[in-house]
Amino acid sequence: MHKMLWKLFSRDMTLFMHRKQDVVTVLGFFLIAVALFPLGISSDPELLKTIAPGAIWIAALFSTVLALDRLFSEDLDDGTLEQQMLMPVPLALLLLVRLIAHWVITGLPLVLLAPLMGLQFGLAFNEIMILTLSLLIGTPVLVLLGAIGAALTVGLKSSGGLVTLLLLPLYVPLLILGTSSVSSAMNGVDVTAHFSLMGAALLVSLVLSPFAVATALKITLD
Amino acid sequence: MQVSRLLKSNVRIIVVNEKRFMLEIEGLAVEREERLLFSGLSVKLPAGEGLHIVGKNGAGKTTLLRTLCGLTSPAAGAIKWNEQNTTDFREEFCSDLLYLGHKNANKTELNCRENLRLALGVQSVSDKEIGDALHEAGLGMLSHLPTRFLSQGQQRRLSLARLLLTDAALWVLDEPYVALDYKAIEWLDSILEHHLNNKGLLVLTSHQALTMTATIRVLNLGEQYA
Repeated sequence: MHKMLWKLFSRDMTLFMHRKQDVVTVLGFFLIAVALFPLGISSDPELLKTIAPGAIWIAALFSTVLALDRLFSEDLDDGTLEQQMLMPVPLALLLLVRLIAHWVITGLPLVLLAPLMGLQFGLAFNEIMILTLSLLIGTPVLVLLGAIGAALTVGLKSSGGLVTLLLLPLYVPLLILGTSSVSSAMNGVDVTAHFSLMGAALLVSLVLSPFAVATALKITLD
Repeated sequence: MQVSRLLKSNVRIIVVNEKRFMLEIEGLAVEREERLLFSGLSVKLPAGEGLHIVGKNGAGKTTLLRTLCGLTSPAAGAIKWNEQNTTDFREEFCSDLLYLGHKNANKTELNCRENLRLALGVQSVSDKEIGDALHEAGLGMLSHLPTRFLSQGQQRRLSLARLLLTDAALWVLDEPYVALDYKAIEWLDSILEHHLNNKGLLVLTSHQALTMTATIRVLNLGEQYA
């Protein structure tokens, strides 16, 4: 069983290695979006510090949505999604592995880049730590929830807008928690509550999301 | 029951299992967009026999195959594999099943070797076996090329190459002859015949008459409502 799951994981990794441009697009979008904020708003360091958590989180959120587009659509088109549905592995488990792989490729780099972005906005060391940690917990949730939307809309022609509409209500609480954890840290407020709630969201979506994605894909392929 | 891999260069017995496989379709009815395609379909397919599904376009051949595999859920009836309902024992059924649909399920950015390895999923095969299978499929010289450079027929051969290596006992093939040249058709015939002689099971759709000596029953889907 472990071997099977490892094979699935490495399959996705192999595919990403052949499609580096996808990863570069997502990362490039994140970097550019964040870098444009100071240019578009003001060069006032105090103001930039205030908007930094929101800017970085929103950019991360949209990068994730951008990457979700590729999660199932190509596999559906070339028929490999059907083949995956017929693998002798519980479907939810298979999808969980794929989502983890997807996060490692598209989410983890955002987390790793976050400290750099924080520096760019002039955040202090502990604020950068909080920002990175909030993204480390938050981006997997974005992927797990987003996959449900991607699976529901995978057969549709222009699913991008629909996915965004579907996901926005689910993403908003997380966005508020993520950004306010950093703002609270700036104001010297305890952030345990923020992280407890985000951790809870991660655990719940880790358990439930694969089942929801599996059901959505079954309906799509039916 | 024995399933041997088909590689000429590497014939060996992979699974020795005394269990006789059996596929049963019981009172199957399938709907598509509120339209009843067929109902009350019952077939018993024992090991070593093939089922050739024919019917005019839109009769529900592909839908029947997808329902067999569990990709589409039936309006009524059940599919049984070794007397167990396939929806209740999905993983057991899937480990005995190989399905080839209309789409070749090849990743265009990967080469033939990588694709074949991926297509075999969780089954372990050596590099040599992969190379031999590709050679036999006529892709030996092209095995390092990304599959986007292959022709339709070559892509089809690549997805058929997994038949040479699979351990699955039940093969469900949707129009496997499409895009193949006459030599490849002969090649595929010999593979299918070998599979049936080894007590494998085969369900396929095809518009052309099959010329194999093994037992192949014909199921005409249009008949009921003609």
